[in-house]
Order: sequence, then structure tokens, then C-alpha cells
Amino acid sequence: MARRYDSRTTIFSPEGRLYQVEYAMEAISHAGAAVGVLSQEGVVLAAEKKIISKLLETAKSTEKMYAIDQHVACAVAGITADANILIGRARITAQRYFYTYQEPIPVEQLVQRLCDLKQGYTQFGGLRPFGVSFLFAGWDRHHGFQLYQSDPSGNYGGWKATAIGANSTAAQSILKTDYQDDISLKDALKLTVKVLGKTMDSAQLTSEKLEFATLSFVKPELIGFHQLSSEELNSLLQECGYVASSSEEA
Amino acid sequence: MDSVIALVGKDFVLSAADTSNARSVIVMKDDVDKIMELDSHKTLAMGGEPGDFVQFTEYIQKNLHLYEFQTGLQLSTHAVANFIRGELARLIREAPVLANLLLGGFDEVSGPCLYYIDYLGTLEKLDYTAQGYASFFILGTLDRYYQKDITLEQGIELMKRCIQQLGKRFVINQRNFIMKVVDKDGVRQINFE
Repeated sequence: MARRYDSRTTIFSPEGRLYQVEYAMEAISHAGAAVGVLSQEGVVLAAEKKIISKLLETAKSTEKMYAIDQHVACAVAGITADANILIGRARITAQRYFYTYQEPIPVEQLVQRLCDLKQGYTQFGGLRPFGVSFLFAGWDRHHGFQLYQSDPSGNYGGWKATAIGANSTAAQSILKTDYQDDISLKDALKLTVKVLGKTMDSAQLTSEKLEFATLSFVKPELIGFHQLSSEELNSLLQECGYVASSSEEA
Repeated sequence: MDSVIALVGKDFVLSAADTSNARSVIVMKDDVDKIMELDSHKTLAMGGEPGDFVQFTEYIQKNLHLYEFQTGLQLSTHAVANFIRGELARLIREAPVLANLLLGGFDEVSGPCLYYIDYLGTLEKLDYTAQGYASFFILGTLDRYYQKDITLEQGIELMKRCIQQLGKRFVINQRNFIMKVVDKDGVRQINFE
């Protein structure tokens, strides 16, 4: 009987729920975690890579972090194939805005445009919703550095620190106790390491299981999205008390 | 036949325009306000074909209002200038609109700035400029007397000088002008004479 309300995304169940949307969110809660922390100096994004194999030839060094424009980047949790579609849309939206106004798109506007698209799949029939949550890191002249989270229903919100994917509730409670408003970018990185260290299933944190990136001013007036190299990541893990193991074990 | 002039001062943009609407040899009206208040901190002075520029500038103004309601943000003068330019560049190939504009604005990032935009889609950021026949007569006056960082009083004096020059040399007698200034406090009309 339950299937009567499952097969179409656009039909409410008698309890007033949209099962397909809830299932999409459930799918994400099993995906590799992603954590975002906001500081005055910039935004930290970090993610856990689920598939690591010596045999896997990665096309690029990252699989969960994407630059959308000079001033916006995102981390993904969920179905990567779905994410690619939305990231493509986000990049086009950002460039189109720049073409019209010769100015970078305000971050919230970009997030909202994407969420409008996601929302459409919860209302217009026949197609499944996008199975991805995003963490968006961005900077604009209106609100400075910003961190947003979005989910398959099309909801989004601005956060000082948040997490999506596996164990996100546990991660969020650590962030809640440890986050401080005047946190520095360096401390934000360390906090992110701590959160992932405590919430990831694997016993040890290693650089090949993680992706870290920051969005901050690299020069005055110039925002840069920087993905930490495995050397930088190893030294960060070492600083936080996790032994860097990538080279020795291999 | 519209005379539209604007200049940037220390912390303001001053615009002036004649107030006549004439067709052929007949004056239809002599109290037309050709300096639109686009939003709280932007003026758009216009010349060209009367029907076209009224229609087009209202279209721009309503789009800016829509943007404000949708985002809660106000576009910078730079962004609005490029938006207008884009619309005119699109329209010149579809349904040409004869509107020549001077956009003045004040925002926190860039301070006061002035943009020259014509019906072909030309966009230029300038310190002082004029549109239409007026430019033949007064660009020289502005070249001679304009200085960077002038005060509002000096700006008004210079503008009056330009209007006098038009009265002296321009075959068409434009009886009335209005002046508007935009600065950190917004847009207001200047009473002069």
C-alpha cells in the first residue's frame, strides 16, 4: 500500500509527506560526509572520500569539491552524477549574471536559483528529485564570507558551521559546542579535522580519504579557492595529532 | 533636440536636462521631467525619441525594483549601467529604441559615478558629458572649466554656465531646465537661477 504514494514524487501521502524527497535525503545521509566552517577570514570545506582504491585512476585529484565561480565553491554529498548536472547549471547561472551586470553574482542568489530548480522536482511529476545536498562557500560585497547548505527538497539555509552526509547530526553537535564566532581560518581547519576525526567510520584519518579546501582572500580584493594538497593535508593532520600515514604505509 | 548634461563632483553626481517636449516646430509641453529617479541612489537623465525613452527607462526602473524585491539588495551603479547597455545592445538588433542616457549613481563601493549610454549600446564611464545637440556647444565649456573633486556649489555654477552657453548659441530656445543631484543621502532636485 505504501507504494501508492512512493511512485510519484508529486503526491502527498495521507500523513502529508513526500516519500521520494525523504528517500533522497536518506540516500544522502549515507553518503560521504562534508563539513563547512565559516570564519571571518574565509570558509573551510572538507569532505570524506568513500571510494579509495589503489587501482582507481582518478581523472582529477578531487571528486567532491567544485569551484563554481571565482568567488563561490561547493562541496557535495550524495549522487555525484546528479551533482554534476546542478554544478553545470550553477556555473552557467553565475556566468550569465556576470554577462548581464559585469559583476559577480551574490552568493545567496546563486544558491536560490539552484534550489528553485531542485524544488521543481518535488512538485512537477514523473522525475525523481536530485539526490544531492550541497555546502556552498562564497564571498560577496553584501554579506562577506558565507556558508550555505541545500538539500533535495530545495530548502537552503545560511550557517556558521554545518555538516551533511553520514553522521551529520553527530558532526553538527560537535560544531555546536566547539564553534566560536571569532574563529580564525586556521582554527576552522583544525575544527573541521576534529569533526571528521570523530564522525568518520574509519579508525584513522588519512589524507587520501579526505578533501580539504578553503575560500579566502589570496590578495586584497582577490578571492581564491584553494584545495589542500596531500602534503598540506598531512601536515594539518599531524598538527591536529593524527599521524600522517600516506607515504610510510604505501 | 533634448539637452542632457551631467558631471561628477567630489561626492555627488549632478545632472541637468531641459524640460521641453517639442515636435517639428511646435512645443507640446514645457515641464517634462527627463531625469528619472531609478532607485534611491540613481538618476537616469534621458534624451532621444520621447515615446522611446519614457517606455525604456520605465522598463529599466521596474526591472530594478523587481531585483530589489527578489533579492533584498540594491544593484551597484556599475551593474545597472551594464544591464542597461545590454538591453540596448539587444534591442538595437530587434526593435531599436532611441534613448540616449546619462546614468548617475552613488554607492558605497564606488562612490559617485557617471555613465554615458547611447541607443547603439555604447557605454562609457566619464567625469562629465552631455547628450544630443547640447554636447556640440558645451563640451568645450566643460573641458575648460571642469575640475576633479569640485563641490556641489561649483558644480551648480558650472552647470548654469553650460545652460547659459546653450541659450546663447543653440538655435532652439530651451526655456526651462531642471537639475538633480545624487549623493550619499539620495536624489534631490536643485532649485537654481
